Formats: sequence, C-alpha cells, structure tokens
Amino acid sequence: MINDTVLSLNKLSKRFGTVVANESVTIDLKRGEILSLLGENGAGKTTLMNMLFGHYMPDSGSIQVANTQGQLKPLTLGHPQAALDAGIGMVHQHFTLAENLSAIDNILLGSENLFAWRRSMGTAREKIKDIMHRTGLNAPLDTIVGQLSVGERQRVEILKALYRDARILVLDEPTAVLTPQEADTLFANIDIMAKDGLSVIFISHKLREVLAFSHRIAVLRHGKKVGEIATKDADEEIISRLMVGADTPATPREPLTIGAPVLQLTHLFAAGTSARSSLEGINLTVSASEIVGIAGISGNGQSTLAKVISGLTKPTSGELAIDNQPIHKFTPTSLLKSGVGRIPEDRHHDGIIGAMSVAENLAIERLDSSDIQQFGFLRHQELKLNAQKLSQKYDIRGPGIEAQTRLLSGGNIQKLILARVFEASPKLILANQPTRGLDMGAASEVGKRLLQARKRGAGILLISEDLDELLALSDRIIIMHDGELHAAPSHNRAQIGLLMAGEIS
Amino acid sequence: MIRIEPREAPSRRLTIGVPVASALLALLLAAIPLTFAGANIIEAYQAMAKGIFGSMFAFTEMLTRATPLIFTGLAATLAFRAKLWNIGAEGQLYLGAMAAVVVGTGWVDGPPMLLIPMILIAGALAGALGMAGPAYLKTRFGADEVVTTLLLNFIILIFIQMMLEGPLKDPMGMGWPQSSPVVDNALLPQILPRMRLHYGLVIALVAAVIAHIMLSKSVWGLKLRAVGENAAAALHAGIGVKRTLMSAALISGALAGLAGVSEVAGLRGYLTTDLSPGYGYTGIVVAMLAGLSPLGVVIAALFIASVFVGADTMSRAMGVSSYLADLVVSMSLICVLIGGFIARFTIKMTPSNKKISATGTGAA
Repeated sequence: MINDTVLSLNKLSKRFGTVVANESVTIDLKRGEILSLLGENGAGKTTLMNMLFGHYMPDSGSIQVANTQGQLKPLTLGHPQAALDAGIGMVHQHFTLAENLSAIDNILLGSENLFAWRRSMGTAREKIKDIMHRTGLNAPLDTIVGQLSVGERQRVEILKALYRDARILVLDEPTAVLTPQEADTLFANIDIMAKDGLSVIFISHKLREVLAFSHRIAVLRHGKKVGEIATKDADEEIISRLMVGADTPATPREPLTIGAPVLQLTHLFAAGTSARSSLEGINLTVSASEIVGIAGISGNGQSTLAKVISGLTKPTSGELAIDNQPIHKFTPTSLLKSGVGRIPEDRHHDGIIGAMSVAENLAIERLDSSDIQQFGFLRHQELKLNAQKLSQKYDIRGPGIEAQTRLLSGGNIQKLILARVFEASPKLILANQPTRGLDMGAASEVGKRLLQARKRGAGILLISEDLDELLALSDRIIIMHDGELHAAPSHNRAQIGLLMAGEIS
Repeated sequence: MIRIEPREAPSRRLTIGVPVASALLALLLAAIPLTFAGANIIEAYQAMAKGIFGSMFAFTEMLTRATPLIFTGLAATLAFRAKLWNIGAEGQLYLGAMAAVVVGTGWVDGPPMLLIPMILIAGALAGALGMAGPAYLKTRFGADEVVTTLLLNFIILIFIQMMLEGPLKDPMGMGWPQSSPVVDNALLPQILPRMRLHYGLVIALVAAVIAHIMLSKSVWGLKLRAVGENAAAALHAGIGVKRTLMSAALISGALAGLAGVSEVAGLRGYLTTDLSPGYGYTGIVVAMLAGLSPLGVVIAALFIASVFVGADTMSRAMGVSSYLADLVVSMSLICVLIGGFIARFTIKMTPSNKKISATGTGAA
C-alpha cells in the first residue's frame, strides 16, 4: 500500500519582498509513509508547511490531496479550513492548546457544532479512546492541560489532529521539547500510526532521529529542495552535506595578528528561556582583530549569550570582562559605554523603532552625547547632518532620513544598524544573525563591514545559523549546544554539522 | 477575497483630515437621534451654533468648558504616547483640586503672585502623586495600569467625600459636603469682565505648547516616543525604559491635577464631589481625537467643549435631551477610530481562491 500518493506539492514558490522563501518545491507523500523534511533554520520548511495549511498564499504552484477514495484533488489554497477538511493535521512546535481546559475539551474544541443542543461527549470519548488504543498515544483526558507534561500535551495535540480524521500529519520539530525517553515513545507511536495508513511529514534538523525512523528524507536549502533520498541509502555525512551545501572556498581574508583579548567570559552561567538555552559555565575569549563564529541550532543558548553581552540579562554567576575590565552592572548602557557594539538578532524588534525617523534611529544609542543634544534638547541640524553623512557612507537607501524607519527594506534597516554600531568604533562587536533574511547583496555588504571592523582592530563575536557565512568570515568557530561551547577542530563542514546536532565525537 | 493591508505611510493630509472629517461626520450623524426626538434638524443645528458663537458670553462659556479638557487631554496624550494607559485622570483631577483647596483656603496668606503658583504646584504634585502608585506597580511588578488607575478613581472620589464630610468641611457651609472657599488671593483671575472665563485657559495653552516642544524637540520626548513605539528596542539602545515611563506617568498625573486646580480656583471657588462631570474620562476622547498630538489636543478640546455647550443650548431651545451631547462625543470617537483605521490601512480585493485552485496556478 506504500505506493499510492496522498499529497503532492507541485512547484510551490513563495517570496516575501526580495527574499525567496520557497522556490519551485515539489514533494510527494505516499500513504503510510514517514517523510522527513530537513533543513537549517530559514531553509523554508515552515513557509512550505504554512502554504500547505493555507496560512500563506503561494505565489505559484499547486497542492493536491487525496480524498477518502484515494483520488488526488486540488486543494483550495489560502484557506486553513480547506486543509483541515482535506484531512491534514499539524502539530506545531509551540502548542496551540488552551491551558485552562481539559485535554478532552481541547481535542473537541473547534470540531463541535456550535448550535448543538447538548454535547455528545459519550461518542466523542469513545472515538478518542479508540484512537488512543490503536496508536498507543495515551493522555489523561479529564486533566486540565496546564497540569500535563510537555510530552502529554504533544500527545493531546496529535490526538486532536487524529480525532479530526487527519490522514496526513505534519509534526514541526516534535522532539525539540521532549526528553530522549519521551522522543522514543513518540517515534514508536508514529510508527504504529504509519503502519495504520497515516502519512507523516516530520520536520527536524536532528540527523540521528531522522535516520532512525523515517522512510524518506527531503532536504531544503535556501528555499529549494536540494535533495531527496531514501533513508536506507542515507548516512549522516551525506545528509549534513546536503543541508549545509557543498564546500565552498572561503572568501579571502587578510591574515592579521590577533591582539589582546577584548571579551573574556569566565565560567559564566546565565538563565535562558528554557533549560536548553541556559548558559552552563561557558569560557570564551574574543581578541582584537579576530572574528569568532558561534555555530549551532537556534535555542541552544546563543540568544542568552547575546543577551548577556548586550546587557539585557544578568549572569547568575561567572565573570564577563570587556577589554580586561570586569563588568559588574549589566545594563545596555553600561555595556555600550564599555565599548560593545550590538547588532541584534531580531532587528525589527530590538534594533529599530519603526515609527521613528531614520535620523532618530541613527542617534538613539548616544542620546547623551553633546553633538546630539544641548541642555536636554535635540540638535536637529546635527541630527540631520549625521544622518546624511551616515546614509551616504553606509549606502542606506529609502524614502529619506526624515522618513519612518519601518519603510526601509530589511537590508537597509540592517545597514542603519551597522552604521550606528560601527560609527561608535566599538572594541567588541556582537553580531547576532547579522544576515538573516537578507538578500545576497545586503548579506555580502554585512560581511564586508565586519571584515573592515576586524581590520580596524575590533574583536567580533559572530553568531549565525548560516554555516557558509561562519566559514567565510570566522577566524575560528565554536559550536554551541545545550548551553555549552565546543571548539570546532577545523573548518570542516561535516564535523561542525555533527557537533551542532550534539553528536560529539 | 478582501485583504486589509497596512499603508506605506499615512500622508499628512490623512492624519489631519481624518479626525476633522470624523468630527464633522459625528455632528451630521446627530441628525438621526434628533429626528427621532421630533426636532426640526435645521433649527436644532442653528440653536447649537448659537449656543457656541451666538454671543460673547456663549463663546467664553465654551472656552471655559474647554480649559479642563485641554489639561486632561494633555495628561492622556503624554501617557498614551509612552503606551502608558492612564485612565485615572479623573481621580488625579480631584487630588489636584483637593491640594489646591488645602493650600488655598487660609493656611497660608500672601499676595496672588505667591499663592497662585503655590496652589498650582500643590495641585500638580498631588496629581503626580496619584499616578505615582500605579506607575510604580507597573514598572516594578507589571501590574496593568488600566485597572489600577481606573479603580483608583473611585477610591479617590470616596476619599474626597470623606474629607469633605470631615476635616475639609466648610464650617459655614450650612452642613453641605463642600470645602471652605479658596481665598481671593489664590483665585485665578477672570480674563474678561463679567465672564466666567479665567486664566486657567492661558495656563492650559502654555502647557500644550510646552508639551509639544518637549515631545518633539527634547531628548526626553524622543525617549518617551521610543519607549511608546518599541520598548524592546528602546531598552536595547540603552534608554531607561522604566525611568521614562515613570516620568511620563508623573507629568501626566500633574497635568490632570492642574485641571482640578483650574476648576477649583478659576471657576467654582470651593471643592465638591461634582466638580468634574467626567473631564478625566473625556480627556481620553480629546487625546484620541487629537491623534495624541499636544497641539491637536487644544483643537479637539475646543470641539468637544463646543458640542457640550452647543447641545446644552439646543436641548433647552428644542426641548430635546442634553444627552445628545454625549452621543455626539461618543460618535465622534467611534468615527475617529474607524477613520484612523482607514488612514492606516488599505483594503485590497484579490481574486477569489476558487479560480486559483481550478487553474492550478497561484495568484499573480
């Protein structure tokens, strides 16, 4: 029965402005098959699934889904309800459960008739019990979801999809939140469901689990499908090469003599948003004229590290020194004053104030300086001249320096932030995902500027999910996994890939 | 399918035109309830206009009514610009009025040059104090200031009632729950002879100009706007977000307190618990109508005051309910909110999805 196709994504393309999220992606899924969709962050996995679910409207391409008789029918695009009706269920990485309702209420939520005279809980419960019995997905139905463990909540999510007669189930990084034991149970359950005829798309970037239990692997990179391979023919080496791309020669960097340390972290602990992203006693040194790249899958503590160096999070213990001066006060201002320039990860959220002008945003990190203000009042003329100068120097294009910053393109917003950071001549530059979402031109501009700063003598801590970028720019690469740092032995792609996945050799 | 998309940049014509059009539309919409009330619409509008512009007295009455609204409108504007939702201007107004009465009814004696600044400062401090608590709870514990400031209004009003029945009660007041009168030297003088219009208006206009300058030209104003527009980025850039919120809160409370001083020392002469017919709440409408611009507040306050005063006259002349004024004010707010939406978004029609799936290709 493994031959009949239940889902066919046909040449789906989607772009956001100038950024290509998906380009002509074609994927088929067969009945009872477990297909792994692999790719780095930003490779286009989520966009593809969002088009399948009608959250996004594809720019071109079509989707066909088999009906209960097994005939492929075109799916109405742009309508989540159409996807649900066609038997597609999705379990998001971040659960969409109402925590104040019981598990069974969550499962039934949305599938009950609003005008029904009374709730027919009996039959519903029978049906859910039957599914639980068949698949082994057990969850306490009458417990409030807020009291369930993460694994149980996930099972409730899957039950919810199955209760709505899903024949195709999409699991978005289901093991990211699970303990290894819970993950094993989940795999066993999925295996039973697949044997029962359910087709599963499994989104992940953990190579080991992908190899362990999927039937087929499709790899996305930069929005395109770069490979598809039967799991039995694959090994970690092959897949990680597909994921991160063929080895490309690094762009020439001038060899420089590395100077004195500008950033020193000594046995630093800091709490993150989850256990996985908390810093567990890390030691790190970044010296002048050096770019240190931090590789790793997002959520392994990179954001926490960036927050500490930005002054947004106070370490619980350990020491941080900038230019050999230990930092005691962790505020953005004190770190700015110590000579740290920060390029934030989410440039729209943390980097700019969209409703304010380009000129104001360029000056916002040094409002106390006397060339910006006098007796507490802004020197508008200076502000304007400063903005004109920097717009030219950093090639910031947009409707003008008095225009709202949100009208600028992503690349120009990043140039604005670069201008602000580099003009302060920082000793240390924290560049957190500096090219995420940028097109090729803007991204190479960022790289060029970082190399210039390195030449000037700044130390740079570059956090990125783009291995190409890290390999091209960094003097050395350190891998972050589970809040700990591991030095990469060399610029070896496959080995870095393995370390990122936590497969420490 | 209909899609709603944000506009690139709302033009200046839209940001000014929309509130004006909304206000006029609200006035026109008042014709509907007027018809139901059985009034001749033309005559009703004429009566209304006469109530505002018909005589010097009518016009100054309108300005007198606008004075506290400028203060409370400014109070709401400065807080809202920082995304600090101060709904407590009503309570802060009463605190300001009480402070003016405490200081201005005989404790100290002196010339107007001394007493008037004293009661103004006392009222501003009291209003600021009324906002300090909610602002502290918000910055320290994240307590929702909408709830705390709103509920504090009722607490303050009951507290004032208690004071008026107790220590502040006028011994010569024939038992009425009202304060002793403010001494003559502390009263805000009249601007024109035989009219009730007082110098509170001048102070309000000066406050509006200062607020405008501070908001657009000062570093503090830039910080305030930054915190309001994107607190995360402001924090990242090293702006003291909590300190900025606190300063916005205190100044907002102080402005509301000044509204109370102006009413007590400029108009009434003594404090009762019916000093304000909801000026604190109407200030929110004024601020929204003004698009949170301090100079716009002056115009919006004049409009709202005109509606109130005009509708009063109209109700007397036509025999319709004066609640029509509240109706027009509410409708203008609704019109402004809808208008603001139209100014910020465009509505686009895209081809229906049925067609797309039938041809198998996506939308162009």
